[in-house]
Amino acid sequence: MQPKTETAPGMGTELLEVNLGPQHPSTHGVFRMIATLDGETIRKLKPVMGYMHRNHEQIAEAGLTYIGCFPYTDRLDYFCAMTSNLGLSIAIEKLAGIEVSERGEYIRIIMAELTRLVNHTAVTGFLLNDMGAFGTPLLYAFREREKILDLFEMASGSRMMCNYVRPGGVREDLPAGFVERCQALVDGYPRFLDEFEALLTTNEIIQQRTQRVGVLPKALAVDASITGPMLRASGMNYDIRKVDGYSIYPRFAFKVPLGTIGDTYDRYYVRILEMRESIKILQQALKELPQASPSISPKGQAIGKAPRTFRPPKGDAYGRIEAPKGELGFYLVSDGSPQPYRYHIRAPSFINLTVLEDLCLGHKVADAIIILGSIDIVLCEVDR
Amino acid sequence: MFVNAVAWVRGLFPLPLQPWVEMLLKIGAIAAIAPAIMMYLTWLERKLIARMQNRLGPTRVGVYGLLQPLADGLKMLIKEDIVPTGADRLLHLLAPLLAVVPAILLFVVLPFGRHMIAADLNVGLLYALAISSISSYAIFMGGWASRSKFSVLGAMRSVAQIISYEVPEVLSVVTVIMVAGTLSMVGIVEAQIRHGWFVWTPWGFAGALVFFLSGIAEVNRTPFDMPEAESELVGGFHTEYSGMKFALWYMAEFLESFAICALTVTLFLGGWDAPAIPCWTLAGLLALLLATAKRLPIVAKGLGVMAMGGAVLWWGTQPIPSWIWFLAKTYALVFVLVWLRGTFPRLRIDQLMGLAWKFLLPLALLNILAAGLWWSLRDTPAGWVVSGMVLLAGAALLVLLNKPAPLHPRTYLFADS
Amino acid sequence: MIGTGVLKGMGVTFKTFVETYPWGRALLRLLRIPSPNGVVTVEYPDVKQQHSERFRYFPFLVYDQTPDNLRCVACRICEQECPPACIHIIMEKDAQGRPVKAHGRTLPNIFDIDTSVCMSCRICVDVCPFDAIEMDRQYELAGEGRFEDMVMHKDQLLRSNEYFQQIKPTEAATVDRRLAAKAAKAAASAAKPSEPAAS
Repeated sequence: MQPKTETAPGMGTELLEVNLGPQHPSTHGVFRMIATLDGETIRKLKPVMGYMHRNHEQIAEAGLTYIGCFPYTDRLDYFCAMTSNLGLSIAIEKLAGIEVSERGEYIRIIMAELTRLVNHTAVTGFLLNDMGAFGTPLLYAFREREKILDLFEMASGSRMMCNYVRPGGVREDLPAGFVERCQALVDGYPRFLDEFEALLTTNEIIQQRTQRVGVLPKALAVDASITGPMLRASGMNYDIRKVDGYSIYPRFAFKVPLGTIGDTYDRYYVRILEMRESIKILQQALKELPQASPSISPKGQAIGKAPRTFRPPKGDAYGRIEAPKGELGFYLVSDGSPQPYRYHIRAPSFINLTVLEDLCLGHKVADAIIILGSIDIVLCEVDR
Repeated sequence: MFVNAVAWVRGLFPLPLQPWVEMLLKIGAIAAIAPAIMMYLTWLERKLIARMQNRLGPTRVGVYGLLQPLADGLKMLIKEDIVPTGADRLLHLLAPLLAVVPAILLFVVLPFGRHMIAADLNVGLLYALAISSISSYAIFMGGWASRSKFSVLGAMRSVAQIISYEVPEVLSVVTVIMVAGTLSMVGIVEAQIRHGWFVWTPWGFAGALVFFLSGIAEVNRTPFDMPEAESELVGGFHTEYSGMKFALWYMAEFLESFAICALTVTLFLGGWDAPAIPCWTLAGLLALLLATAKRLPIVAKGLGVMAMGGAVLWWGTQPIPSWIWFLAKTYALVFVLVWLRGTFPRLRIDQLMGLAWKFLLPLALLNILAAGLWWSLRDTPAGWVVSGMVLLAGAALLVLLNKPAPLHPRTYLFADS
Repeated sequence: MIGTGVLKGMGVTFKTFVETYPWGRALLRLLRIPSPNGVVTVEYPDVKQQHSERFRYFPFLVYDQTPDNLRCVACRICEQECPPACIHIIMEKDAQGRPVKAHGRTLPNIFDIDTSVCMSCRICVDVCPFDAIEMDRQYELAGEGRFEDMVMHKDQLLRSNEYFQQIKPTEAATVDRRLAAKAAKAAASAAKPSEPAAS
């Protein structure tokens, strides 16, 4: 089944089929790529997913209430628990017409942007780990991430599986001392980013490894429904925070960085620039945080206290947010009962992964790993 | 100190036996220090990389983690030795042995101090370069014998890398041979005592850089460790090795890294030559370190400080021994090695080759020209200027030629809505 | 591969290396280079990490004064709402199958929570109408057996209200206030003259 190629008269070579994964130190989870190699160059690449499928959607439809789904959304994209909660909250609010309290909105934005910082530092660190930098940039990124995770623990009780954002606002108000600590972190973050960039952006080795590698043309990105920083690195201006203007994002002044070429270096750098924009949003949100207002609307609180009494009207709703990885959407179909009739998640990692073969063709094996790292996938989200 | 000890032991034996005794002592010394150096090199690397990453290295096994290498060694010994079915068992066993033995043999020609070289061959440098190139055989044998796709791929990459980097390595050493006039290690160190360390000359500086970088590539260390890239091929040529055989590969890699640092020190950094600083400075520094160490028990600290006091009284104003200088310089280079590992991602295999053939090789050739110019004009300052200019111009030209197709400076647009 | 960028990177790593030593930090302070980071390692188990007040791991049942005065009435709402279904409750019943009452309320006979299934999601705490179950901060719950040691029974789950006030002061204060208000309302409606049953 392996075709023979003729490089010179009389000297035939064979294509080598190699499995990269599923047990592998750097495929971000159990993910398998069947690569057909000609020497070092990739001729065909077939991604095989599904090793991590946990029936999330079926569990939700089989008997969980809408509130009961929230801990499972934490575990979808484990770096970004807060934004996954936010996505489901927005979908439920659309479905049942629940309004959100003012302070709740601000707290949600703060948590979402902190999550964006967490995710982008972690993915940059992992990209460099894949390149072989033996963990130094990764550990610097994690050092800063620890400070943000401590903030999440202060507010919600858990560092990663937060289960904090709920329909109507947030589950509990911020504790005393949170705002000061968050402010201190946000003030110190640009200096960390400068140091991180000094280590990485001008490093010639990284430039050599990532420039012109895995170029994603804008037309292909749009055709393949790519979203998130990957799309914006290819030059397409589509950020759901600006397009939909969900929650209270229209009140904040921030820009959307766009790349021009769409290679791995662009994807990496767009994420660094997005972190700087997130810091701007955080500064504004912390300043304007309303003081004397409940953190959850009354209806939201009632739902949280007695989930089985919440019967949204029959119908469907699609709620989407700009998660750090792309467009995270929740499609809910309700038949009037406390359990969702159909619960579907549009996972950005899964959709973004469909162009992996197009990006990797013609590159070497080492580049395939880096391209995978720059797409920023989390297997739990790909396989749900 | 050691020279006196050896002479004293020699004196105990009758005259015909004395050369044999001396040889046995030297073999014993190398057999004892080579594994010890390797073990504590692993410890040093783990601690240094940890500190660069804001964390502590091993701390639990023995104070400061000093017994960690012993624990690692024990672990390797008790692991099951797995040989893949269909693998060539004899080659599978021979390959790591073939890698370790030349690494230890390299220690024979390293001048650890004044009169402290195990065998002062008058072709010492040729011996060192020849022995270190046996490792390419060993790596390919290992990869081939494992009979696994990943291993063979890794082995092929590694062999290509090693033989490519041997060319600039040897060429950069040619300049040293030209100026020192001898291939013997002791002779080269003595030439540096006469002319000043070679690294301070323009051609010596470039030569040292080329030699050091090529040496790092020879031993497959980051940023040139594509053949054992853990994140891509799980381990390259040593994927299928476990237990003691893997420990032997590991040992070979560390011993050769140490040997490369020692060779750079000998050839370019003056070997054991050093200004005559009296011993009490070193003893005082060590006493300070011991006294401020947080984790040592009080008894150990007290004994250490007293030992330093004794050393001051005994050896006070004598200059610091040559072997301490040699080891200090070598470990400084080892620090640079570990620093490089902690900072950089690895280069891709074709970029590796490009660096060797397109940059280091022409630079090494230009270096020979510069060294020749320096030597013929050595009595006038013009020699320095001319050779310096040649090198700078050459390096600049090469960097320009080697840059990838210049991309227009990256622009990032910011959309407001 | 060659250029100033690599040297800048090496500088950052070297600065971090120096920063982890006390003498290094002093040196950097002398040179006016900001150095906010030191060694981040928390040497567990000799040194444990300090968690914030709201840190949650595994539930426990609250009792007031004595262990048989637990607040739980075995209404089984938490069992129903628990997403991974890790709670198992059986109400205390007498030989005829009628619920037994203590302190004027029903109580559970069996209350098992499986440590290996619990997600620490805190939904059981949210939905309990009686503030009978709260989240504890203990996480060192490893056991030897694979199944038996992983299930915590009622007697292992009971903790006093004083313990709750100690580990989570603000949350316990809120709960105490709510219960006091409920008790006051119940006392007020009992003090009113009783209305005739016909309405």
